Amino acid sequence: MKTTFSRKQLAIPYSLFLIIFVILPLLVIGFYALTDSTGRFTLSNFLNFFTDTNTLGTLFYSFALAFATTAVCLLIAYPTAYFLASSKWKFKSVIVMIFVMPMWINFTLRITAMKEILNAIEGNLAFYPFLNSVIGMSYDFLPFMILPIYTTLTKLDRSLLEAAKDLGAKDMTAFLKITLPLSLPGIVSGVSMVFLPAMTNYVVLDMLYNSTYIMGSLIGSYFSAYDWHNGSMIALVLLLIICVFTLLSNGDAEDANARGGALL
Amino acid sequence: MQGKTENIIELRGITRRFDDNGFIAVDNFNLEIKRGEFVTFLGPSGCGKTTTLRMIAGFDMPTSGQILLDGEDITKVPANKRPINTVFQRYALFPHMNIFENIAFGLKLKKLPKDVIEKKVKEVLEMVDLEGFENRRVSTLSGGQQQRVGIARALVNEPEILLLDEPLGALDLKMRKEMQIELKNMHERLGITFIYVTHDQEEALTMSDKIVVMSEGKTQQIGTPEDIYNEPQNAFVADFIGDSNIFRGIMTGEKKVRFCGGEFECVDEVNVGTVVDVVVRPEDVILTKVGEGTVSGVVTSVTFKGIHYEITVECGKNEIVIQSTKTPAVGDPVGIKLDPDGIHIMIAEKNTTTFECTVDKWYNLEFNGETIHCDLTKLIPGSRMEEEVLVNQRGEVVEPDSLKVIASIEPGDIDMTDDRDEGLIDGQIINLIYKGDHYSYVVRTEEGHDIIVDDEYLWNLEDQVGLILPEDKLHFELKK
Repeated sequence: MKTTFSRKQLAIPYSLFLIIFVILPLLVIGFYALTDSTGRFTLSNFLNFFTDTNTLGTLFYSFALAFATTAVCLLIAYPTAYFLASSKWKFKSVIVMIFVMPMWINFTLRITAMKEILNAIEGNLAFYPFLNSVIGMSYDFLPFMILPIYTTLTKLDRSLLEAAKDLGAKDMTAFLKITLPLSLPGIVSGVSMVFLPAMTNYVVLDMLYNSTYIMGSLIGSYFSAYDWHNGSMIALVLLLIICVFTLLSNGDAEDANARGGALL
Repeated sequence: MQGKTENIIELRGITRRFDDNGFIAVDNFNLEIKRGEFVTFLGPSGCGKTTTLRMIAGFDMPTSGQILLDGEDITKVPANKRPINTVFQRYALFPHMNIFENIAFGLKLKKLPKDVIEKKVKEVLEMVDLEGFENRRVSTLSGGQQQRVGIARALVNEPEILLLDEPLGALDLKMRKEMQIELKNMHERLGITFIYVTHDQEEALTMSDKIVVMSEGKTQQIGTPEDIYNEPQNAFVADFIGDSNIFRGIMTGEKKVRFCGGEFECVDEVNVGTVVDVVVRPEDVILTKVGEGTVSGVVTSVTFKGIHYEITVECGKNEIVIQSTKTPAVGDPVGIKLDPDGIHIMIAEKNTTTFECTVDKWYNLEFNGETIHCDLTKLIPGSRMEEEVLVNQRGEVVEPDSLKVIASIEPGDIDMTDDRDEGLIDGQIINLIYKGDHYSYVVRTEEGHDIIVDDEYLWNLEDQVGLILPEDKLHFELKK
C-alpha cells in the first residue's frame, strides 16, 4: 500500500519540537516569574525588576553595550555591503565569503584570539572593559549585519538609481532618497540580529575579563543562587522588550523579505 | 555653427566599446534629430539601440564621439544636469513612495514651491488619465497604470527630449495598442522631441516620424516609415521590416532585372550586369493563370490569415510567399506577375571574406594554427624556389616572416559543418536571411569577426559551426 503524507502530518515533527522546546519552557518561565517561593501568585518579582537599582543599572549597561556594538557593526557593515553589492568585481563572492568565514570558526577560539590581540595592544585588558567588550562583540556579530544589508542591496533595481539621477538627483541625493530607504529592511534585520544578542551574550564579557553584569549574566546569577522567580521575571521582561522592538521594526516592513539574508 | 540650430540633438561618430569583453555595442553612429520629431531606434535585441539611448540620457558614456544638444557638447554632462527625461522599460517607479511622491520627485529637487508642485502633479495625472491616484501605492497599480505614472513622472519636468526605452514591452497586446495611440497623441500635443526604442517594427511604423534601423551597432537605414517599408536599403532592413521575399538577381537591361527564372521590368536604374538583391513584398505579388504571368510555379501551401491567405509558390529553386485574397489549392500550377513598382532593387553587398595569413618557414600560409598551401611564386612576379628558399627577381632571398598574404573567399564557396574542429574557422550563427534559393548566414567567430556564408541548407540561429574554406576556392593577394 502506498503511504501518503498530508501537509498536516508533515508538520508534526516541528509541532512537537515547538511544544517541548519553545512553548513549555515559556510557560515554565511565565509560571516562575509570576509566583513566589511558596508557589503563590505574586507581582513582587515584577516590582523588584523596576525597583532594584542593581537590575536597572545592569539593564542600562546592557543597553549601552548593545547600542555601541550595533552602531559599530552598522558603520562597518553598511559601507562594506554597499561596496560589495555595487562592484562588478568578479571576485566579490570570495570577499563576501571571507566576511562570513569567521562564523565557521569556533566562537570560543575566535574570542580567545581576539583577547590575545587586544592584550598585546593594550597591555592589560582591565583598562578598557567596555571598549574591549564592544570590539569583541562587534567582531563576533559583524557577519549578521553585513549579510542582510548586502542581500537587500544586491536586490536593489539599478534602474531606480538611474531614474533618480534622470530626474535631477545628484549621487548623494539618490543614495539618501532611494538606496538608503530601500535598504532599510536589511538594516532592521541586521540590527535585530545584533542588538538583541549583544544585550545578553555575557560569555564574550567573561572571556574578555569584563566583570560588569549584563542582562544575561544577571539572569545566570539569580539562577545559580536558586532564585528561579526573579531570574525568570528578568527573562520575561527582556522577552517582552524584544517583542516590542521586533514589532516596531516590522511595522510597515511587509517587504522585509531580506530578513535573515539569503546566504544565512 | 552659430545660434540655436534646428537640430535639438546630434550624435557625431558615437562609438561604445565595453572594456571587459571588447564588445562594440555602438559603432560610429551618426544622427541628427530635429526639434519636435518622433524618432524611433528599431532593431533586434543587442543591436545597440538601448545603449545609444542610455548615452543620450547620460547613464552611459561613449568611448568616442560627441553628443550635441542644441549645438552644445553634452557628452560629459551627467544625467542629472541634462534637460532630458526617461521612461523606463520596467517602469522604475520608487516602490517606497506613493504616486504623488514619485511624480513630484524631480520637482522637489528643483525646490519648487509646494502649491506649484501640487498643481503640476495634478495636471500631469489628468493628462495620463490617473486623476485621484496621488495617494495610491505603486504596488496597487496595474502594469499599464504604472507605465502611465512613469510617463507622468518624466513629463512633469517639462524635458526638451523624452526618451522611451521599450516602454510598452512589458504590457499585453491590447494595452500596448492603446498606449501607442496615447503616446502619439501626447507627442502631438506637447510638441517636444520623443526618442523611442523598440524591437517591434509595427510599433515603429505606427508611431514614428523617422525610423533609425540598427543592426550590430550600426545604422542600416534612416528614413520615414514609408521610406523604410517601401525602399529598404539593404536585405537586413527588408527582412526586418514587414514580410518580404528576397532574391539574388542580376540587371539584364535598362530597368530590367532577372530573378526567379524570369525577366521583370523595374523602376530602379542600375548598371547592366550588376548583381542585386531584389525585395518583393508578399502583398505586391499578383497571382495569374498559368502562362499569363512572367514566371510560373506550383502552389505548395495555403494558410488562412484572416484578411488574406498566405500562399507559398515554388518557382524552380525559389520559394515565393504571397498574400492574396484568391484561394488556389495546393498543387495548382499558377503564374506570377509583378508591377514594376513592386520590385525593390538593392545593390548586393559585397560579402567577400578576407583574412590575413602569416608565412611559415616552409613558405606555407598559416592562419588560426592551420596550414594553407599556396604557391607564393605566383604572387611575387619573377620569383622562384631555390633549394627550399624563395628568391625574388633580383636573386635575393625573401624571408618568410617579411611576407603577409591576404586570402579571400566568396560566401557561396564556404562550406558549413557541425564539427567545429573540422573547419579552418569556427563560430556561431548570429543572423540568417532567406534569399529565395539559399540562406545567407552571418557567422561570428570567437575573435568577433563576422563572416558571410551562403548555404542552401537551413541551420539554426546560435548554432556552433565550423567553416571549411576549400583551398581551390581561395584567392590570394600579397599584402603591401
